[in-house]
Amino acid sequence: MTALGLYVPGGSAVHRCPAGLKLAALSALSVVLFAVPTVPVAAGALGLVLLLGLAAARLPVALLGRQARAVLVWLVALAAVTAVVSGAASATLVTLRLLALVLAAAVVTATSRVSELVAVVEWLCAPLRLVGVRPARIGLLVAMALRFIPLVAERADRVREAQAARGGTARGVRSLVTLAVPLLVQVLQLAHTTAEALDARGADDEAPARALWRRT
Amino acid sequence: MRRRRPGSRAEPVADPARGIELRGVGHGYGDRTVLSGVELRLTERRIGVVGGNGSGKSTFARLLNGLVQPSAGQVLVDGLDTAVHLRAVRRRVGFVFQDPDAQIVHPTVAEDVAYGLENQGVPPAERGSRVAEVLERYGLAGHADHPAHLLSGGQKQLLAIAGVLVMRPARIVFDEPTTLLDLVNARRVARLIAELDQQVVVVTHQLDLLDGFDRVLVLDGGTVVADDEPTAAVAAYRTLMADR
Repeated sequence: MTALGLYVPGGSAVHRCPAGLKLAALSALSVVLFAVPTVPVAAGALGLVLLLGLAAARLPVALLGRQARAVLVWLVALAAVTAVVSGAASATLVTLRLLALVLAAAVVTATSRVSELVAVVEWLCAPLRLVGVRPARIGLLVAMALRFIPLVAERADRVREAQAARGGTARGVRSLVTLAVPLLVQVLQLAHTTAEALDARGADDEAPARALWRRT
Repeated sequence: MRRRRPGSRAEPVADPARGIELRGVGHGYGDRTVLSGVELRLTERRIGVVGGNGSGKSTFARLLNGLVQPSAGQVLVDGLDTAVHLRAVRRRVGFVFQDPDAQIVHPTVAEDVAYGLENQGVPPAERGSRVAEVLERYGLAGHADHPAHLLSGGQKQLLAIAGVLVMRPARIVFDEPTTLLDLVNARRVARLIAELDQQVVVVTHQLDLLDGFDRVLVLDGGTVVADDEPTAAVAAYRTLMADR
């Protein structure tokens, strides 16, 4: 099952691999793709990603297809512009490189629970404790962003439907303005209740971070 | 000298026999008084709260676990003042909101249920078993790794309730838990509430939810205008509404 939370349950070696290692591999792949800008490297990376995603992790083809479709317009536009400016070889390189990265990111998120990814974020942010920042709060922020993006999109759809049901026909920039105001009100109400829910579920129970140099 | 944050004192000694006490409680938003002079002791296991829109029901509910602090008077849970022992009170009193979407804070079902336990510092192994147990009990085990936003309205409300129950509070406040649900899911949630061992305080507009309750409060204009067993209290509420 996917959504913005892309996790697809499974027991493959890719699923069992620590999320931190997968994120590190994703970062390394990005560096390699930009450090060695050749078509064979980009094509090889794409092949490797497909092999890992489809054969090793046994992810559905449709899932990777959806991820590719989501960036299709950008891929085509980028390839077209690059072809005109730098030629066909560069366009091929740019397309393969971007596609490999998008699909690699999809494989990582589809094989890692959000909690595992959040734990990595918290681990990476651990040094911020030195300046009094709570890494768990940053992790929660990431998790909540993933949770609320589809919810806000759903609320936006509801506002659009409500406007259409009452004859709303605004187009272009005007439609954005008429959507933004009621949506903002709804999101603020949602944020208020969610803040209460966080309190009610003990969000404040976590020991406050303390800057190391502060004497108490 | 170390400064303490409000509500962060060492675990105080509680007396569960005292139940929930409201002593001369009042609350207002700016110049608008929402509750005034509320004097109650709630020790019964099933307590309902009804009242018209704007009668102060939701504020009343939020006072019981310190989401709202009284402008006047005191709210005590098991003898603990919500203004002083906020964390201890919140560990004792769970809160289920009307809109589960606002209460679910993690992207997937199991992760969201585990959230409250993480805050309580429950070790990961115990956390996993408690989450699995509560998901199984409420028919959500098959959805553990599913994105929460793809659940049906009824499942979301069950998830919101599971997220509270897993924390094992001694008392649970429900703020209109069935308002957004269809008949089948509303019945399911009503049955779930009826089966709970905890003390429950249910704010609702759906009067049949109060069947079998021990006590029902009727709020109007920020005061308790009736406080009785369900039949008499609901009759008083109907009379009150008929006069409008």
